[in-house]
Amino acid sequence: MKTSHLMKTAALGALLAAGTFAAPAFAQDSIYFANNAYRTGPFAGSGIPIGDGMRDYITMINERDGGVGGVRIVYEECETGYDTKKSIECYEQAKAKNTIVYSPWSTGATLAAIPRAHIDKIPILSMAYGLSASADGTSFPWVFIPPFTYWDGASLMVKHMAAELGGMDKLKGKKLGLIHLDAPFGKEPIPVLENLAKKYGFELKIYPVAAADMQNQGSLWLSIRRDRPDYLYNQGWGAMNPTAVKEAIKNNFPINKLVGVWWAGGDDDARAGGPEAKGYKSLNLNAAGTNFPAIQDIQKYVVEKGKSLAPKEKVGENLYNRGVYNSMLVVEAMRNAQKLTGKKVITAEDMRRGLESLNITEARLKEIGMEGFATPTTISCTDHSGHSKAYVAEWDGTKWTKPGEWLEPLKEEVRPLIEANAKDYTDKAGNWPKRVEPCEKSS
Amino acid sequence: MSDVAARPAPNFLANGWIKAGLILAAIVATAILGARLDTSGTLYKIFIDPFEQMASAPDLLVQTVWEGLVSGVLYALIALGFVLIFKASGVFNFAQGIMVVFSALTLVGLHEKGVPAWLAVILTLGVMFVLAVAIERVVLRPLVNQPDIILFMATFGITYFLIGLGESVFGGNPKQMIADQLWLPKGAVDLKILGGLVSLQKIDIAAAIIASVMIAVLALFFQYTRIGRALRAVADSHKAALSVGISLNQIWVIVWFTAGIVALITGIMWGARSDVSFALEIVALKALPVLILGGFTSIPGAIIGGLIIGIGEKLGEFYWGPLIGGGIESWLAYFIALGFLLFRPQGLFGDKIIERI
Repeated sequence: MKTSHLMKTAALGALLAAGTFAAPAFAQDSIYFANNAYRTGPFAGSGIPIGDGMRDYITMINERDGGVGGVRIVYEECETGYDTKKSIECYEQAKAKNTIVYSPWSTGATLAAIPRAHIDKIPILSMAYGLSASADGTSFPWVFIPPFTYWDGASLMVKHMAAELGGMDKLKGKKLGLIHLDAPFGKEPIPVLENLAKKYGFELKIYPVAAADMQNQGSLWLSIRRDRPDYLYNQGWGAMNPTAVKEAIKNNFPINKLVGVWWAGGDDDARAGGPEAKGYKSLNLNAAGTNFPAIQDIQKYVVEKGKSLAPKEKVGENLYNRGVYNSMLVVEAMRNAQKLTGKKVITAEDMRRGLESLNITEARLKEIGMEGFATPTTISCTDHSGHSKAYVAEWDGTKWTKPGEWLEPLKEEVRPLIEANAKDYTDKAGNWPKRVEPCEKSS
Repeated sequence: MSDVAARPAPNFLANGWIKAGLILAAIVATAILGARLDTSGTLYKIFIDPFEQMASAPDLLVQTVWEGLVSGVLYALIALGFVLIFKASGVFNFAQGIMVVFSALTLVGLHEKGVPAWLAVILTLGVMFVLAVAIERVVLRPLVNQPDIILFMATFGITYFLIGLGESVFGGNPKQMIADQLWLPKGAVDLKILGGLVSLQKIDIAAAIIASVMIAVLALFFQYTRIGRALRAVADSHKAALSVGISLNQIWVIVWFTAGIVALITGIMWGARSDVSFALEIVALKALPVLILGGFTSIPGAIIGGLIIGIGEKLGEFYWGPLIGGGIESWLAYFIALGFLLFRPQGLFGDKIIERI
């Protein structure tokens, strides 16, 4: 009895001692970054590669460079299962742990966080998802949506369709179908497509897919067979995408006329269609493959050391690289914030400044081993998106390729809508806080 | 107590149906009259236009009915899994959906480990059997004689346990169903009929046949074998069944195993149409309106209910969906079921419950 009691006391003492010594070291030299993930649930198929990409880039920065500016990033995932309710819990946890940026990873989660973040002063980085209107930095100083919004995506789809048909004037009388997940994310492109349909005289057909029917799209594709749209734009996510690809093939819809939003460009989404999925297209903001020094560093410092959760062959897949791109934005914004403030350990408010004057040039992309991986992106005080370029990726049967050039979205169409919508949002919100944060000199 | 339940009086039933028919006829007649007056109005779009579409493109109508039929048979199969367990233990098995995912993942996971496809099927069946035994031992047996709601909550527990177990063993990544290895056909049969093209997917034909055979076998098994009789005895009264020497535990293992087999077949079929992921869990909930419609205790009810829901929702979505922006399928199924319930609260084939107070 006596010995065991003694041992217990000793063990407790050791634990306490370890705790007191370890804690300050941890707190001083690190930056905390919470990322929402969904490795479980119906959307895990898309969530896992993205989470792996994000995690691995941050790990690589920690392993190779010892963090950002000598400060290690403490990276934590919060599992949401793509459930908005859980994402709010994750937000509260992230806030309690002083995350420097909130990464919602779902449009529903972004919408829920926007009003909170403006009060809590936590910047939200919703990379190419979320509320399109939040690209208006004057109304939404705490929300960032680089490199472009769903509205830019919708305009790119129309531009792509016009390019294949031989010009904007050829759009008249054509029919564009939008298949979308019946959720905030899926509905985002509708206003822009409606506007463009009116302007260019094409017809817009809308096909919503309820989350419960993601894998049960039979009647929807019958409607597509009846309506015979010339092109289809798929604003889909999770299990909805492989099903759509399979159904398109099944219903003899020309697969090269089916274009997914960038989130419908998973390797698994296209692979589900088998060899007949060759020619399936998806808008894209990052390159696929491992032929970039940054990705090779991930392989060297993370994957080969057994520190990655991703299977080796999945590294470099399209959605994995999407996650890498998102983490790259976070790291670059941290660096920028350190430079602006002269501090090593930055706060959420510093991070907001870092994001708002983020300027990723061609030269910078080359420096960080991402030349050709993405296009330059500039965020400014008023423009929180950058409306950067995208390209139309094509599935060649085994991998995603980049057959064409980077395309500019129809910014002149999208921007007025964003400003009008942002005003609408803030008016409806009642006492929406007026922007008090000063703009950076450089932006 | 259900053993004092009286058979519904035939004249009551007839009255119910006549009432329903008259109300429906009156609505349709007024609507058609209204619609005739205005060909661009909403009434016209609801009551005339869809039928004109059906007449002008009969091939699409056939195609829609076919799609509905295939979904209907698959819904019926899922519903059967629920009915069996409901009959034997009086609980709605919330875990049926996750059993679909779990069995399909086990099958694909085993195949990924290098097990030949058909051996993997047999091993998966073995896993489902072990699961049935485990559920009986660990969950059901200790809860004998507890209120039904306790058992129902226990199936929630089973669901979350299987989600966790499935995710930790197989991960959340979607997988491809091994359709080729299981000799499931690919491609389509194109029929040139009615001035158009009706395309029947071979996998759908196979699904319809396999599900029908499965349903027939189960129906016969539970109608004509000793175990089937025992099951029906258990369904009527646990106590009475026990008193004549029927082993409740054995029956429970059998029905849960059967539900496991149904889950595996459902998983293979839906998995081949899409992919195998945790999203498949939702598909099983499509059986809920089928059960409401067909009654929780009736095997023919599950079959007819499945077909009505399957065909009804596809026709509804295709012809009437565009009127309100589409995507009506998921709630239309419940709407159809509730429509029937107005006139037959116990479901199409359900037992009429009369309790003495």
